[in-house]
Amino acid sequence: MKRSLMARLWPNATALVLFVVFTFPVYWMFATSLKPTGDIIADTPVFLPTDITFDHFKKALDADHFWTLVGNSLTVTVLAVVFSLVIGLLASFALARMRFKGRRGFLLTFMIAQMAPWEVMVIAIYMIVRDADLLNSLIPLTAFYMIMVLPFTILTLRGYVAAVPKELEESAMVDGCTRRQAFVKVIFPLLAPGLMATSLFGFITAWNEFPLVLILNKDAEKQTLPLWLSSFETTFGDDWGATMAAASLFAIPILVLFVYLQRKAVSGLTSGAVKG
Amino acid sequence: MSVQTDRTDTGTAAAPGVRKTDVPPPDGTGIRKGKNEGRGKDPAGRRSGASAPYVLLLPALLATVILLGWPLIKNGMLSFQNLNPRQLILHLTEWRGIDNYTDVLSSADFWKVVQRTVVFTAVNVVLTMVFGTLVGLLLARLGKRMRLVLLLGVVLAWAMPVIAATTVYQWLFAQRFGVVNWLLAKAGWTSMADYNWFGTQLSTFSVITLLIVWQSIPFVAINLYAATTTIPKELYEAASIDGAGTWKSFTSVTFPFIRPFLWATTFLEVIWIFKAFPQIFAMNKGGPDRLTETLPIYAFVEGPGNQHYGMGAAISFLTILILLALTAYYLRTVLKQEEDEL
Repeated sequence: MKRSLMARLWPNATALVLFVVFTFPVYWMFATSLKPTGDIIADTPVFLPTDITFDHFKKALDADHFWTLVGNSLTVTVLAVVFSLVIGLLASFALARMRFKGRRGFLLTFMIAQMAPWEVMVIAIYMIVRDADLLNSLIPLTAFYMIMVLPFTILTLRGYVAAVPKELEESAMVDGCTRRQAFVKVIFPLLAPGLMATSLFGFITAWNEFPLVLILNKDAEKQTLPLWLSSFETTFGDDWGATMAAASLFAIPILVLFVYLQRKAVSGLTSGAVKG
Repeated sequence: MSVQTDRTDTGTAAAPGVRKTDVPPPDGTGIRKGKNEGRGKDPAGRRSGASAPYVLLLPALLATVILLGWPLIKNGMLSFQNLNPRQLILHLTEWRGIDNYTDVLSSADFWKVVQRTVVFTAVNVVLTMVFGTLVGLLLARLGKRMRLVLLLGVVLAWAMPVIAATTVYQWLFAQRFGVVNWLLAKAGWTSMADYNWFGTQLSTFSVITLLIVWQSIPFVAINLYAATTTIPKELYEAASIDGAGTWKSFTSVTFPFIRPFLWATTFLEVIWIFKAFPQIFAMNKGGPDRLTETLPIYAFVEGPGNQHYGMGAAISFLTILILLALTAYYLRTVLKQEEDEL
């Protein structure tokens, strides 16, 4: 049965329209950030910027505390992800490879914890952190971002650990490795793609986190980039060029990581020994 | 015929998010199942002692109890306290019994916010699920190249950091020089040329809804598309031999396959959208006139904003209870679907 021309055309046409709808805001962010101000405040929007300028980026980069906040965001995010990977790997190994009493309970706990409504717990966290005299510090942020991503890390890594054939580990132990050596030398390298995929989620969560830092760190030097970005437009008085440049600077690391790590994680899992 | 050829290459073109739920990979329980189960402890397990799993789980458990459990308990305790600026500064603990709750539950504002939150969640979830499903089905239907193009667009929207996206939407809908107003005016709706989107409740919610739906569709679409790739092609062949048209084969083959997935995803979206915070807060701070405050924002504004921490904690606690009920129901459905998951 040959379908009519219309029947073959409409899915593609719809897909093109949808592509434009989905990408336009992202495109508009970059386009605005690269246009001279004259083109931004034009009565007819300039859809294809021909005049490229980096002035807006310079303005955003020169904004007060920008580099301090980049440092803060990176510190908090990387530490949270690394800690959750280490703690999560230990837990996931137990959950994937060992049989013990209460295993089901642990799994359920982490599943519920994964859904924890952090957005509505900020008041209690604020009081705890204040009583510990740790407001305007990066330590509580790191700790709470770590716990925000930990349940997901455990549950996902558990899947990856389980996917490594038991036989690989056993044969390493037959060859004289201890269980720990077998883990470090055999399982760990095979887990690399899983660790990367998992850290992607953690990175995105911690990098984007907004409500907690909003309430905990009022000191301009101790904030993170989401706060900086959300107040940028007000601070710079409707300078949309600079605001979009700031948004681009904030979004680029995530967009790059997303595209890069997603592919890596997929190809890592589908190739080699894991396929068994 | 062409429907089937379209489907054969899905494996290679599956691309990004597919892994996320693409049924087994991460949870390759199947690989291991039966090998060890029922065989009792394997020699290695015995060597490392019966306490090994608990030792390995200890750090995770401690972290969860201290960083998640303690704030939850603290939240409960705060909700029974009188905690205004005076008590806050002097570090006083004044118990107030259930007065915070009676105050909250008897205030008309609270019920208005609850109603608003429910409507907001319902509208967003319905839009997300309907359009997400349609995009997902379209992805399954497209040829290889167009599918990749659409996937790229969808993944881009997905990966966009929330606050960056919110800022971009503020700019798209800006009163002056915003591209949306220009487009509407150009399309003949000239009164929109200078429209202030953040001036009324409905228009502010429209922008927020558009933002949330735009960012939520990718998750639904990509996962739904991944789910359709697991449908055996023979079923479609059988259906077409039996004389089923496109619609019939959708209702009798595709839909039964994706129904459990749709149900689970709907619940996830309900939970996520119910507690949406940054989009609403960063868009217009719950304004104009506090008219776009949903429960999480309301708790935030009443608590830290207006310095009524006890009240804020009571509102938070009620919100947490609602979310907990939703989560419990969600987990029950999911776990029932995948009996061997645990």
